[in-house]
Amino acid sequence: MSKSNSPLNDFMNGIWKQNPIFKQVLGTCPTLAVTVSIVNGVAMGLATTFVLLFSSLIISMIKKLIPNQVRIAAYIVVIATFVTIVDIVMKAQFPDLSKALGPFIPLIVVNCIILGRAEAFASKNTVVRSGFDALGMGAGFTLALIVIGSIREILGSNKLFGFVVLPDTVEPMLIFILPAGAFLTLGILFGIANNYEQKKKDKEIQKAITAERSTKLVTAPASVQTETEEA
Amino acid sequence: MDAATAVELKNKTILTSTPHVHSKLSAQKAMWLVVISLLPPLVMGVIYFGLYQLVVVLAALAGAVMTESAIKYIRKQKITILDGSAIITGLLLGLIVPPGLNPVFAFIGSVVAIGFGKEVFGGLGYNIFNPALVGRAFLQAAYPVAMTTWSAPAMAVDTVTKATPLSLFKFEAIASKGGVDAMSLFLGNVGGSIGETSSIAILVGMVFLIAMKVLNWRVPLAMIVGLLLFSGIFWLIDPTKFASPIHHLFMGGFMFGAVYMASDWVTSPVTNKGIWIYGMAISLIVVMIRLFGGLPEGVMYAILIMNGFVPLINRYTKPVIFGAEK
Repeated sequence: MSKSNSPLNDFMNGIWKQNPIFKQVLGTCPTLAVTVSIVNGVAMGLATTFVLLFSSLIISMIKKLIPNQVRIAAYIVVIATFVTIVDIVMKAQFPDLSKALGPFIPLIVVNCIILGRAEAFASKNTVVRSGFDALGMGAGFTLALIVIGSIREILGSNKLFGFVVLPDTVEPMLIFILPAGAFLTLGILFGIANNYEQKKKDKEIQKAITAERSTKLVTAPASVQTETEEA
Repeated sequence: MDAATAVELKNKTILTSTPHVHSKLSAQKAMWLVVISLLPPLVMGVIYFGLYQLVVVLAALAGAVMTESAIKYIRKQKITILDGSAIITGLLLGLIVPPGLNPVFAFIGSVVAIGFGKEVFGGLGYNIFNPALVGRAFLQAAYPVAMTTWSAPAMAVDTVTKATPLSLFKFEAIASKGGVDAMSLFLGNVGGSIGETSSIAILVGMVFLIAMKVLNWRVPLAMIVGLLLFSGIFWLIDPTKFASPIHHLFMGGFMFGAVYMASDWVTSPVTNKGIWIYGMAISLIVVMIRLFGGLPEGVMYAILIMNGFVPLINRYTKPVIFGAEK
């Protein structure tokens, strides 16, 4: 949870600090399945964001009316309503995309990100904060899908947004539009994200140690030094 | 013993846990012996498929060595190219791709083999799967067309594509003596991967490795016995439908897999009992894939699958401690 309660902070939380894919590892099933191209990734991200936003808003509005024992069932009813709206609208307006995403649009109902945010955030916070949190999570999810989708689209079919970007002489690696390529890409990105975080953490710890050491050195003589070294 | 003498003793002796093995054979020396043993298949591959195959093998070799050095450099570790393990991976990968493959693909395969097959797990000795086979499995999924275009032995004309004996058996339903006699299979004058067609060259390498005590003879023996047994059963059931065990033995990548791939020190079981289970199971999977699977050849996937089972095999074949009650 963020230190400050400002809505902007709630929004930024979802982008990186608690990114649903790279930090919470939620919703990996649609992530692996639909990121064959950027367009699919963006569509999936936007659909999820829509459902996430409205279900978070509604759930945080009615949180006091829902009996604790049946809360999950109640959340699912709310979520399923918006998923049905998305599914029907996409079938009518974007039949091609709807076909490409297949069963993964109806499956947003059981997407862990949405239920997770409803349980962990929307049911405990105000409507405004829940809304911004949902938007942040949705944006973080969409960004992750765009990154994975672009890598897989470039390597797997030489294209980006459907346009050919690599010359014909480069043969596309079919594996990247197959499930195995999805796992490979996601695994490498996890590795990079964790490595970055670890380095940042190490630096902070180092900084804290040196800061503490310098203050203690000023105030106390050598006997305290051993303590700080252990810390 | 007081603390001072204990410290003194500790400085003088090397304290390690059992087992203590005395051997003149270092990992480095063994690796170079394997490289030497790979020369006969390489030479036969060049004789049958043309000098161009050297380019393919060198591309794979370059990919392996460069990836290994780059990763060691980035991780600020000692660069260990001279221990030969990356060279072996590159050579092996170069020998199990189809002749005439685009060298760029061989290079990419090696990058994946070393990067994802080995270094991701922590380097030499930590990998679960045989790196060269990981690279080949990647290539198979990435470039399925290029990886299944087999040229005929180029003693005749260049770039003639020809079905391998395995796909003849599989898709043309040419039974038992399907167009190829066992002798040309044995010599290697058939379509197939660069280094795997010539069983006689592989046998030369095998004898050399066993003589040098690098190769545990149980691995190839267990696999050969298993293959003869399982394919023999089906052959006896219907000799017109299934290929003979001798054909199975010398077809495709089986001999190469048995000698160079399955026997990898890192990814094979440590106990002799375990090796028998491991070898027989590989052969069972090979026979199942060849006879009933969708692919003509299954040695690569069979070895990779059993690599995954090695920790389990090791656990269940652990020898009883001396003196323990049964």
